[in-house]
Amino acid sequence: MTKSSPRTTELDSSPGDQTEAGESIGRGVGGYVLGLALATALTIASFWIARTHIIYGPGVPVALVALAIAQMGIQLVFFLHITTAPDNTNNVLALAFGVLIVFVLVFGTVWVMDHMNHNMMPMDRLMKMESGS
Amino acid sequence: MNAAVLSAETEAMSATGRGSGGPAPKRIVVAYGFWIFLISDVIIFASLFATYAVLAAATADGPSAKQIFDPDNVAIETACLLASSFACGMASIAVGQRSQKWTQIALLLSGLLGFVFLLLELREFHGLVAQGAGPTRSAFLSAFFTLVGCHGLHVTAGLLWLGTMMAQFYAKGFRRDILHRYLCFSLFWHFLDIIWVAIFSLVYLVGINL
Repeated sequence: MTKSSPRTTELDSSPGDQTEAGESIGRGVGGYVLGLALATALTIASFWIARTHIIYGPGVPVALVALAIAQMGIQLVFFLHITTAPDNTNNVLALAFGVLIVFVLVFGTVWVMDHMNHNMMPMDRLMKMESGS
Repeated sequence: MNAAVLSAETEAMSATGRGSGGPAPKRIVVAYGFWIFLISDVIIFASLFATYAVLAAATADGPSAKQIFDPDNVAIETACLLASSFACGMASIAVGQRSQKWTQIALLLSGLLGFVFLLLELREFHGLVAQGAGPTRSAFLSAFFTLVGCHGLHVTAGLLWLGTMMAQFYAKGFRRDILHRYLCFSLFWHFLDIIWVAIFSLVYLVGINL
């Protein structure tokens, strides 16, 4: 307990640490409630967009991806307490590297496999050739 | 002017994140190490997502995403996991206040909500297998079961960990090493909800629209 006071000013904060709220219960709970409210609103928006026909069909997946990324950001900030404060630099850098790898992995895979699918002979013709020989 | 420069220099030297002042306290080292593990777990999930994205259309004349996904069930699962994550946050505050009673209550609530999530997911999987849409039916279903099942396994492990934390808080109190373990657990539990956001958006909701 004695070490908790200098923590906020002198040291880095670990992921998940609530630096600002500190000892105040009200501010701590308030942060989680705000995060819950924003996450719920984004979830409801996602489900609404997925079922409504108001939005132009091909735009729906794009909207869902945008809402998902927004909600991940909300949860990172309000639940995992990842912030842009200087004491969080290490955590953000590790996360940024992870996000880079995730994007390379997902977009690279989809891109490459899409081209391979495109260049492959249609399955029914392939089957016919195999049964013929 | 000299004084201003001097104070700026000392500020720069003592600034956080620059490595001055010796090794970080164990709490930070432990949580940061676990944070890096979680990010590597995100990369594992990313590879499963990429696999699913490639195979989503390969239904082999079997059922497609639109035919088998039930958005109402997914909505309830999502609500359970989000509420569970929130309850875990409340437990973190109770731990910060060293309140045994509220820690146990919040963790129990979080665990029960996680358990309901798991039951709903198992019911969905059971229903799919029963109607002939098991993981062996098509590449799409193999990828689906691998991705969502991997998340389900993480939740199962998280529930075991949650129970262990409740027992350790009860038996050993708010000891420093127990607090380190709890910090890692809370990161893990919130992280599982973030993965679920990607699953319900990109797998289920995009799936019923294709």
